Amino acid sequence: MSEKLIVARGLTKTYGDFIAVDGIDFDVAKGESFGFLGPNGAGKSTTMRIIGATSVRTSGTLTILGKDPEVHGPQIRAHLGVVPQQDNLDNELTVSENIFIYGRYFGLSSSFINRKIPELLEFAQLEEKKDTKVEALSGGMKRRLTIARSLVSEPDILMLDEPTTGLDPQARHILWDRLFRLKEQGVTLLITTHYMDEAEQLCDRLIVMDKGKIMAEDSPAQLIKDYSTKEVLEVRFGSDRNQEMVDVLRPLADRIEVLPDRILLYATDGEQLLEQITAKGIHPNTSLVRRSSLEDVFLRLTGRSLVE
Amino acid sequence: MRSNAVELSEGRIGKFGEKYYAGRPQQVLLRNWLSFKSSAWIAVVSGFFEPVLYLLSFGYGIGELVGNISTPGGDISYAAYIAPGLLATSAMNGAMLDSTWNVFFKLNESRLYKAMLATSLGPLDVALGEIAWALMRGGIYATAFTAVIAGLGLVTSWWALLAIPAAIIVAFGFASFGMAITSFMKSHHQMNFFEIFLLPMFLFSGAFYPLTVFPGWAQAIIKALPLRQAIELVTRAMSGEFGINILVNFTYFMVMICVGLFFTTRRLNALFMK
Repeated sequence: MSEKLIVARGLTKTYGDFIAVDGIDFDVAKGESFGFLGPNGAGKSTTMRIIGATSVRTSGTLTILGKDPEVHGPQIRAHLGVVPQQDNLDNELTVSENIFIYGRYFGLSSSFINRKIPELLEFAQLEEKKDTKVEALSGGMKRRLTIARSLVSEPDILMLDEPTTGLDPQARHILWDRLFRLKEQGVTLLITTHYMDEAEQLCDRLIVMDKGKIMAEDSPAQLIKDYSTKEVLEVRFGSDRNQEMVDVLRPLADRIEVLPDRILLYATDGEQLLEQITAKGIHPNTSLVRRSSLEDVFLRLTGRSLVE
Repeated sequence: MRSNAVELSEGRIGKFGEKYYAGRPQQVLLRNWLSFKSSAWIAVVSGFFEPVLYLLSFGYGIGELVGNISTPGGDISYAAYIAPGLLATSAMNGAMLDSTWNVFFKLNESRLYKAMLATSLGPLDVALGEIAWALMRGGIYATAFTAVIAGLGLVTSWWALLAIPAAIIVAFGFASFGMAITSFMKSHHQMNFFEIFLLPMFLFSGAFYPLTVFPGWAQAIIKALPLRQAIELVTRAMSGEFGINILVNFTYFMVMICVGLFFTTRRLNALFMK
């Protein structure tokens, strides 16, 4: 295995009686794109803050590039690019001034930053907006600027907390494309998300978190293989009939999950299962066969949906 | 060329306050300058006129009724009598505007400090940079006001130039203390505390009349207030009155500066490194 940039053992964070992160272990290798998948409140953002040396762990050990954030906070922050969940761009400044001053916070020279700005503006597709005040940008542009800004110090690790939450589908796809490019350049990415498609698109490896604990850890494909079947058949009978159909359907599928509005039937071949059901004279109002996703993995692991 | 962010931060290891201070408060000043250039200058200019308007209306309006005032240094006009107090007040206002409402906004609404502290900057850089900015504002007001009173012929000696460093010390004290208190404020309502405190302090600190109009116990309370200390510091500096009294005023502000810096840094650390 290649060089490990982050090593966490028994990492724990409590706020009074509340355990936000409950003794988790994980390693992140250089150049890897590592994800934290889980619902809101799973402890993902807290873990990110501890790695970002802006929160102090309660117990456990953590090293980032061989350093302990508790002892060498500023040194670790110098290695990191941070893209927080809520944009904290400087609204009173222009697009290029935002990148400039952020570089100055790291102590970088003006000449270095000024050489860097055109490259970052191109990356963020914001060349036209360089002298525009940040206030006037769209949500997607702001997020891209936040990423560009975080890259000014050429970080070894880029941390993205819910990078596409609140963006429209088009803006999400542009952002994913930009993050892919970074991944190709070998930047180590740390991503938290509660979107399974985002995790599947961007992460080489991820941990599924719930209530501060790690439920599973692997590549998206392997997790799906381990915790779900190849396909899923989704059937709806109308909210009053869903429950009574469960007992009839249960023997037919490998596994069954009942959601408020639909029933999920897990099988290797979804179409075949649907045929079996119709052959028994059962006719759902609607049916859909799809591939298993991380959503199904999460449902299997926790009995709950990711997005509630 | 590669980024040297990591080398720079590693150079701080073993130096003063390495966890809280990166030695770059000037970058926080630079940020404020960039923002000031584009828009904030209107608010800054308007703050300058307030004491000038007081001087013109009270000094020449009420001064007409009051006539000359006898002081240990001889008879002076009422406008000249109130000028040092207004100067101290303008230094205070300049410093307080930046270190209270502006800091509150950056702390709670624009999340600017959060962005700064995600870099290798430390809370002491932020505190020093913001306080330096606020005291520059106070210092500029004081310098401009001194020029105005000199232009109006209200200045009697070259000692008046000492008003500027005195006003900067005053601004530093208020900026430092103001930012410390602001960092504990949680809502806009709580921020109104400053107004409730500052206006009476301005009216009763003896900028417009001698403190001897009050009974002894009230005088004692007023003398403990920072604006009274500021007025005494500026008045004594401007009249070249050096002795134990001005030293007390000076020490008062040094304590205010240190206490303010200590609590601001500690509080920023608690807020952003929790």
